Amino acid sequence: MAPAVPRSGDAIFANVERVNAELFTLTYGAIVRQLLTDLEEVEEVNKQLDQMGYNIGIRLIDEFLAKSNVTRCVDFRETAEVIAKVGFKMFLGVTASVTNWDTEGTCCSLILDDNPLVDFVELPDTCQGLYYCNILSGVVRGALEMVSMKTKVTWVRDMLRGDDAFELQVKLLKQVPEEYPYKDDE
Amino acid sequence: MSSRINDYNIFCVVGSDTVRNRSRSLYAEEGSREKMIGAGKMKQYTNVLDKPLSKGRQEVSLSGFAYLFSELVQYNQTQVDNIGELERRLEDAGYAVGVRVLELLCHREKGNRRETRLLGILSFVHSTVWKVLFGKVADSLEKGTEHEDEYMISEKELLVNRFISVPKDMGSFNCGAFVAGIVRGVLDNAGFPAVVTAHFVPVDGQQRPRTTILIKFAEEVLRREARLG
Repeated sequence: MAPAVPRSGDAIFANVERVNAELFTLTYGAIVRQLLTDLEEVEEVNKQLDQMGYNIGIRLIDEFLAKSNVTRCVDFRETAEVIAKVGFKMFLGVTASVTNWDTEGTCCSLILDDNPLVDFVELPDTCQGLYYCNILSGVVRGALEMVSMKTKVTWVRDMLRGDDAFELQVKLLKQVPEEYPYKDDE
Repeated sequence: MSSRINDYNIFCVVGSDTVRNRSRSLYAEEGSREKMIGAGKMKQYTNVLDKPLSKGRQEVSLSGFAYLFSELVQYNQTQVDNIGELERRLEDAGYAVGVRVLELLCHREKGNRRETRLLGILSFVHSTVWKVLFGKVADSLEKGTEHEDEYMISEKELLVNRFISVPKDMGSFNCGAFVAGIVRGVLDNAGFPAVVTAHFVPVDGQQRPRTTILIKFAEEVLRREARLG
């Protein structure tokens, strides 16, 4: 059987079932609003959003690997490219670009052209510390952790806070070698 | 601090024509300065009310939405002790969505015309709202036979329930409570207060029951409807 060829993000997105982005946007807004009402502290909400994103990420990676047929990434550069071009396109329908590589190749920035989570949204003065899209940083962190990469993902620029783009910084902390759950000699 | 947060501090404002939201905007005093940042870059609108309203064609993957919805349900499960509370919280989340959907669609699809008749608003929910949110019109819209004030929108499989399985010990819990909340949000803000709930209705010959959204209108709606003839 011929080896599966990795598919481009557009091709996969055209093949998956899609829903209206507005339902997605409004549901996310409802989630953030519920969190703010329950937790009241902006820092807590940020943490909770990141945790929710992490929970999504650890499950999302399975679907991503199944649908996209990507081969094992040789290095972190390739990983970042795959996330930006295939991953974001497949789930959110938008592409991201990868920039700002540091000298060792362990830290880069993903710039999102378009962010369906923030349509119609404006941050009021009382919530200026809120990273509204923090769920995305959790998703990336969770997904990468399931493929043995411990990362730190933070928002560098956020349009809701007045910057001119959405920039997510992904820093590779370490590669965790895969552990077998069973010992060989048992 | 908590009372200010309860005042809809984060809100989704819609377009530049909605007067009600403009007055709620906490950025009103900042005005609408537009920054041009370099040639060829997107125009930056500091005030979200000045951004042009999208056409609503953008899509995300169903699985992305399903993950998000599952996190919503899971988070709420940690916050409540019983099923009734959980349904209520999902409904409240849906209510907020419904409010905004009504404003968005009234402006975009209907040219700011308001529905004043019962059948009008019901067919708006059944066709327009369903088409925009779920990609298809609802399967059926029926009038209840036992009570004058009951109407039912049925769907073979709600989009939000596609990937949800309810364990036996949760009884009749239905995540469609979220959709019931959306419908209640739309009806309430269109001036037709109602109690809306979601129920599973087993169907002969089908393994999965179909879902019915039961709408029970308030007294005043029926009285007004009768007056209008």
